[in-house]
Amino acid sequence: MATEKQKDDYSLPENVFKFAWKHTKKQQIWVLSIVLLSMPTYFMALDLPKRIVNGPISGQGFEFAGAKGTFLNISVSLPDWLGGSEPIELFSGFQLDRLPMLIGLCTVFLGLVIINGLFKFYINTYKGRLGERMLRRLRYELIDRVLRFPIPVFKRIKPAEVSSMVKDEVEPIGGFIGDAFVTPVFLGGQAITAMAFIMMQSFWLGLIAGGIVLVQAILIPRLRRRLIELGRQRQLTARQLSGRVGELVEGISSVHVNDTSNYERAEASSRLGKIFSIRYELFQRKFFVKFLNNFLAQVTPFLFYLLGGYYAITGRLDIGQLIAVIAAYKDLPGPIKDLINWDQQRLDVQVKYSQVTDQFHVEDMLDPLLQSVTFDKVGPLGEKFSVSSLTVTDDSGTRLLDSVSTILPIHEHVAIVGSLNSGGETFADVLARLLPTTAGRAKIDADDLENLPQWRTGRRIGYVPADVSLFYGTVGDNLLYGLKHAPFRPREYQGEDKKRRLWEIAEAHNSGNCDLDINADWIDYESAGVEDYNGLINKTMQVLNVVNLTGDIMNFGLRGTIDPAAKPQLAEKIMTARRELGKRLSEEPYAEMVELFDPEAYTNQATIAENIIFGTGSGNLENGGNKAVYAYLHKVLSEENLDRDLFEMGREIASTVIELFADLPPGHPFFEQLSFMTAEEIPEYQVLLNRLKGVGFEQSKPQDRKDLVRLTFSYIEPRHRLGLMDEALCARLMHARRNFRDNLPDDLSNEIEFYDPDTYNSMASVQDNILLGRIAYGVAGGKDTILSLIRQVLDEHDLHDEIFTVGLDYEVGTGGKRLTSGQRQKLALARALIKQPDYLIVNRALVALDRPSQEQILENVLAYSKNEDGSERGVLWVLANPAMGKRFDRVLVMKEARLVEDGAPSELVRKNGEFAKLVA
Amino acid sequence: MLRRVPLFSQIDPAKLKLLAFTSERMTFQAGQDLCKQGDSGDAAYVIINGDADVIVEQGGNEIVVARVSENAVIGEIAVLCEIPRTATVRAMTRLDALRIDKEHFLRLIREFPEMAVEVMRELADRLTKTTAELTQARNDLKELAG
Repeated sequence: MATEKQKDDYSLPENVFKFAWKHTKKQQIWVLSIVLLSMPTYFMALDLPKRIVNGPISGQGFEFAGAKGTFLNISVSLPDWLGGSEPIELFSGFQLDRLPMLIGLCTVFLGLVIINGLFKFYINTYKGRLGERMLRRLRYELIDRVLRFPIPVFKRIKPAEVSSMVKDEVEPIGGFIGDAFVTPVFLGGQAITAMAFIMMQSFWLGLIAGGIVLVQAILIPRLRRRLIELGRQRQLTARQLSGRVGELVEGISSVHVNDTSNYERAEASSRLGKIFSIRYELFQRKFFVKFLNNFLAQVTPFLFYLLGGYYAITGRLDIGQLIAVIAAYKDLPGPIKDLINWDQQRLDVQVKYSQVTDQFHVEDMLDPLLQSVTFDKVGPLGEKFSVSSLTVTDDSGTRLLDSVSTILPIHEHVAIVGSLNSGGETFADVLARLLPTTAGRAKIDADDLENLPQWRTGRRIGYVPADVSLFYGTVGDNLLYGLKHAPFRPREYQGEDKKRRLWEIAEAHNSGNCDLDINADWIDYESAGVEDYNGLINKTMQVLNVVNLTGDIMNFGLRGTIDPAAKPQLAEKIMTARRELGKRLSEEPYAEMVELFDPEAYTNQATIAENIIFGTGSGNLENGGNKAVYAYLHKVLSEENLDRDLFEMGREIASTVIELFADLPPGHPFFEQLSFMTAEEIPEYQVLLNRLKGVGFEQSKPQDRKDLVRLTFSYIEPRHRLGLMDEALCARLMHARRNFRDNLPDDLSNEIEFYDPDTYNSMASVQDNILLGRIAYGVAGGKDTILSLIRQVLDEHDLHDEIFTVGLDYEVGTGGKRLTSGQRQKLALARALIKQPDYLIVNRALVALDRPSQEQILENVLAYSKNEDGSERGVLWVLANPAMGKRFDRVLVMKEARLVEDGAPSELVRKNGEFAKLVA
Repeated sequence: MLRRVPLFSQIDPAKLKLLAFTSERMTFQAGQDLCKQGDSGDAAYVIINGDADVIVEQGGNEIVVARVSENAVIGEIAVLCEIPRTATVRAMTRLDALRIDKEHFLRLIREFPEMAVEVMRELADRLTKTTAELTQARNDLKELAG
């Protein structure tokens, strides 16, 4: 019984109505009752115009002066089939004159309109909320399913298709669910009320209206059947398109290296063509149906006017009745049309729903219990892995692993060697629970691996694959990802935040979502073997040292920026380091290696533009990335009359460059050294120089001036050595610097932060803040010397850890693309190490590194895999390089999916078998 | 200036100017290494002024095998043959040198056969010298043994 119930709870109903009913029974009934409640006022609002026209306006009952009408008389009479009775008067009403009666009735009419509107408003809001909740539930359930798919399923699904299903395709389903039960009842009720009303006024007119409605109801769904099929196709093709586009983006390098971009264009064009033809047919048919609908709707009033008019003329119907009928009829096509629309939507959504849920029903879905949240301390993994007759085959039936039996004690350091895909990789994947076994068993002590909850294996086993997947975020986020098992320390909320959080929880429950707080502290300090955040940073440093990544992280930190307002103490410490560094740099041998920025002196080692702007800014200032700043720079230059000097200087630079580079073929390596212009610009400047031959600054065009002046911006005398600078020019440039600074327009003041030896520059990197200056060109070993001096000063000022923390904030980009593949692999290894796994599985990771680095990291990891009490933690390493197997306690040799040798490396070498061959 | 370097004497002055422009002028302090034995070679150097010792390290001992000065080209073997540096070159005085990037150097040789011939001549010259020294050394050894 229990299992039956479970299954029911966790599978998606095959029908969208069942799904909606299952989760929204109560709400649907509630909103239905509101709809029914709204019907009487709706009917009254229909009835009232007749009374107004017939009563006060036409004068029925007011035929003689002083006559009074009864207003607000409420009486109830039993229907005939209950025996009938005299009306029982509940409220006798007021006696009113003709004009007050009109005003009174109209006021009631207004009141009814408002009440109806409010009913509609409430019902729509309620429905909308219901729909949104169901959408949330459905999406959550789909994502939950993706998290529980067995891993091999991911080989055949395209990520972009899944995301398009979760994001786009379910959207109309959610919207529909709000309408699923209410709309037919509401609209049907309205239509029936209107019909009944017409019937009561005139049986024949009612019959006509009813007849036409019937035609609509029968004919139009038939016409729309093809529309549904087209809709289904549209959904499929759109989904495939998004899958294909995703594939294209991921495989863009293959497109470029194979020159297949045009094949891809053709492919895209043919897909889009197919989608176009589907959509075109779809809307053609849609508009035809619309036309038919409109036509039928308009035919009815035609009949009404004709027949109704005839009845009115012949006196069988009074004018008031006719107007009321027409007014009622105006309300009839609306609901009918909407009802037909609803039916249409129903079919459409049914198709969509089953299309989506089909994709999310897969075999062997993980039991949710395996992924349950656990806050408890998770005990050690166990004593040993035991594997017996383990066989794994892929979908094509190829044996990836062929009856392997062995026992691996948890504390052992084991290497698996063998050629690529000889079974070691599969074996590691099985132990990491990424592959299901086809036959045989894999157990930890007495428990089958497959039945173990993920909170046991996921916290006590570390796994590092060859193809690392990093998430978008910082280095730190990725590193600590493996520790985020549960919201261990809830966040405390106060006041408004607390209310908001409670609301969030309630809403999550309403949609069947989980209510775990993403803003809580999810990090499992205990797994990492630390007490608090500071301990964690130390730990982080430790594991990054093990994988030789600390240096890179420090570099990220030095290149990163900090906000001095948020971290005033750190900024202050960096300033102290800057002063200390400055002191040392003034002494030999450093003095000639660096030129510090001095607001009162020209910096020879910096470009002319840098010297005038003398600050850092948003965007890339050096390459003219910030147009507004450069426009202002030109303005300052002309105020200082410097533009004519720089114009001549630019002319000289251009002619030198052209003389040197003009006859080099494009792509020549020498162009890399050319910083003034690109190879493509050389001919343009050639033309420019010819045009300006003998033309002075005064006669030249503004654009030509700018083009030449621009060349001088990147000029650095010690680097380019063209002998173009002298002291007089430097002095004038310094004057320009002051002008630039003092008259900076307000709109640029947020774009630039000037260099100042006494303040922290929040736009510049940490390193630029420590070394507020430039490393000199042409001093052999200068850069390395200065960089190591900076490191030394950092260490002396206890800044190492803090800059390391800044480095942890480095964004890795999508999929970690801003890191090199070596850095990614190291980071993945560090991520596995930081949770101190009882058993670390490394599956051909680190292959992006050279052999010495691999060996060093391997040594580090083996040395690191010890508990505090000195006992060993286990390691299983699938090696790319068999020779490294000698460093392990035990080696498994795989060949053609079988385990062929097993033993201590020295023993295996002595045996002179496969291992000896691989190592030789 | 570069014209005085034998290796470049045959090359068009305009191209030498280009080479000078695209190369980096470096200053070395006395005692600083221009290149280290065993490192990979990423550049060749032309000494502009100053002196340097060519040192070969063997079994922990450093043996000075030659002294080079103005206009000498050093480090071209590692660049040409893609082998690690065969010797350490250490500045003995303050020394200025033009650092020619490996790519640029190879490109020059490809573009100017005169330069290739000059490089060959230089290498052959050194080989002759080395062979002579080797013969001498063997004879010395024989005498010592005999």
